[in-house]
Amino acid sequence: MNYHWNWHVFWEPAPNGTGTYLDMLLSGLVLTIETAICAWIIALIFGAVIGVLRTLPSKAGSWVGFAYVEFFRNMPLLVQLFLWFFVLPEILPHSWGLWMKQMSNAPFYTAAIGIGLFMSARVAEQTRAGITSLPRGQKLAATALGLTTAQTYRYVLLPMTFRIMLPPLTSEFLSTIKNTSVAITIGLIELTAEARAMQEFSFQVFEAFTAATILYLLVNIVVVIAMRFVERGLAIPGYITGK
Amino acid sequence: MFANFDFDVIRRSLSYLFLDGMTFTLTLTGLATFGGIVFGTLIALMRLSGYWLLGRIAGLYVDLMRSLPLVLVIFWFYFLVPYIGQWLTGSSRPVRVGAFASSLVTFTLFEAAYFAEIMRAGIQSISKGQPAAAQALGLTYSQTMRYVVLPQAFRNMLPVLLTQTIVLFQDTSLVYVLSIPDFLGAASKVAQRDGRLVEMYLFAAVVYFAISCVASFGVRRLQARIAFVH
Amino acid sequence: MIEINHVDKWYGPHFQALKDCTTSVAKGEVVVVCGPSGSGKSTLIKCVNALEPFQSGEIILDGIRVNDPKTNLPKLRARVGMVFQHFELFPHLKILENLCLAQQKVLGRSHDEAVAKGSKLLDRVGLKDHATKYPAELSGGQQQRVAIARALAMDPIAMLFDEPTSALDPEMISEVLDVMVDLAREGMTMMVVTHEMGFASKVAHRVIFMDQGEIVEDAPKDDFFGKPRSDRAQKFLSKILSH
Repeated sequence: MNYHWNWHVFWEPAPNGTGTYLDMLLSGLVLTIETAICAWIIALIFGAVIGVLRTLPSKAGSWVGFAYVEFFRNMPLLVQLFLWFFVLPEILPHSWGLWMKQMSNAPFYTAAIGIGLFMSARVAEQTRAGITSLPRGQKLAATALGLTTAQTYRYVLLPMTFRIMLPPLTSEFLSTIKNTSVAITIGLIELTAEARAMQEFSFQVFEAFTAATILYLLVNIVVVIAMRFVERGLAIPGYITGK
Repeated sequence: MFANFDFDVIRRSLSYLFLDGMTFTLTLTGLATFGGIVFGTLIALMRLSGYWLLGRIAGLYVDLMRSLPLVLVIFWFYFLVPYIGQWLTGSSRPVRVGAFASSLVTFTLFEAAYFAEIMRAGIQSISKGQPAAAQALGLTYSQTMRYVVLPQAFRNMLPVLLTQTIVLFQDTSLVYVLSIPDFLGAASKVAQRDGRLVEMYLFAAVVYFAISCVASFGVRRLQARIAFVH
Repeated sequence: MIEINHVDKWYGPHFQALKDCTTSVAKGEVVVVCGPSGSGKSTLIKCVNALEPFQSGEIILDGIRVNDPKTNLPKLRARVGMVFQHFELFPHLKILENLCLAQQKVLGRSHDEAVAKGSKLLDRVGLKDHATKYPAELSGGQQQRVAIARALAMDPIAMLFDEPTSALDPEMISEVLDVMVDLAREGMTMMVVTHEMGFASKVAHRVIFMDQGEIVEDAPKDDFFGKPRSDRAQKFLSKILSH
């Protein structure tokens, strides 16, 4: 392979004047993590609500939940980001649209909300699966004790569901981190975009992508280990997750 | 509210959008699904082979691919495939590879990691008595896999494989980052040229939504039918 | 035909499944192996065609050492028929296809030959009309008769039965045993793990009683039923024959 390797490139100053190429990549990593965490909070809140909605006896409620999940699941994330970023400001009343277009950090907010809503559909499906996987007797027992539906969910169903859901939620969070890179298309300068920029400035393609790959792997490993501790801390003896 | 919009731009560009863009998208989806399932099945068999080294290599491959964002992998292969081509053909400089070939390699290798996990679950779901019975009849390991285990694994996992194919169909839109005219890329080109972003992106969203909805409805029907037969 | 000499088998370092087992089955002989569950009888019969590996001793099948690394196991297994507790028909293949698969792929018979042979054997076990059905459409007793036909289609020199009736509903046991009795009367060499003492007294030449991995008793049928020498065999017999 006649490729000129230069691993020292990371310590050379980047042309955008913010420090070395390594600094550039690290600032991209920080933005990736910030975006992912904001998106994840949105995904958890909306996902939990929609997931619960789909398990309620109300026909209308479960239909709304179904439509919500199908809407966000059946369009590519990239197209959804384009809808939020390019289309929404144009079809809102003029003054709102103008405000959105002039907002600084628009790519960040769009990415956090767009990815958050996209992931919320998947969190909703996990929530629903978690609740329906509980033995039916749990709900009956809680109702028999005189708990209202809200109390049944709050004190009986959701605490167990949440623990069952931890492993799938971990992998959904990892997906959220990976999905932040799609926001490169609306101008979010996160880790993949910084690696791409470094490649364009320095022509050291494979060094830049190798570094980004290693950083993504490290983030994955940290998240997996951290979640293992959380799972252990919340484990209930005698249940699958408690071992 | 749509007063100043010109939806006629969609009608004018229909043939470009579908004959060029959608054809690219669907061909890429079909071929990458086929290649991904074949390669993914091989990885799954390596993982379950019982040979430590083979299993380890397959596991690392799957974990690596599943840890990386697809966008980064697309960039990786876009720059790497010419060098791989050079190495394979022994040519003196990196081989120029077309957009389609590069995307096909990327999606096949990337999705293989996901298909591998599905096939592994499928193979493990089959009771151990099945391979034992096949072996008792004198079938070799590869015959046992080919005629007894894999057909059942494939059938049991068909809904999951198809769902993953729908995900793959949506994922192909990410070749946008290489300015390749797939369906979304074509829509985007028209949008920029005519300054009709709202119309074109809304239309693209509706088309993706319609295709994915119909496909996942079909998968659900299939799933219900399979559940009924068992 | 089948010689088993001093076979030991361990599962891990602590559990010995077979302890110094020695016995043999002559050509045309029918040997029934019985004993409490966990006594190692199923393990022993699976060692005969090397479905289970064992650590020491040897098994010789028609003059070929089963545990010789140079032995072509698929070829050897093709010459011995085996019937399993849970039938193990291939659910994705029709009944006739179940009978043809190994004939074509292992013995290299043509499609027509395999179909002719398969149909003849289906007729013999009384299931000619079910050739184009799938296994799941047949009752347990019918499935087990198909499994016997599938093994016979390979023209085996001996047949191994691993608890062929213990997964069947009581009313289906006799239809399977009838097929086995016919087979025994035709002079087939058979090794049968079963609790069906009626079958044993009708056609067996010898009965082997196993307990905790050991062959405790190995005697001609009349001796075994007349005056079992060991306490364990007597206790076992009184338990199964009491009802």
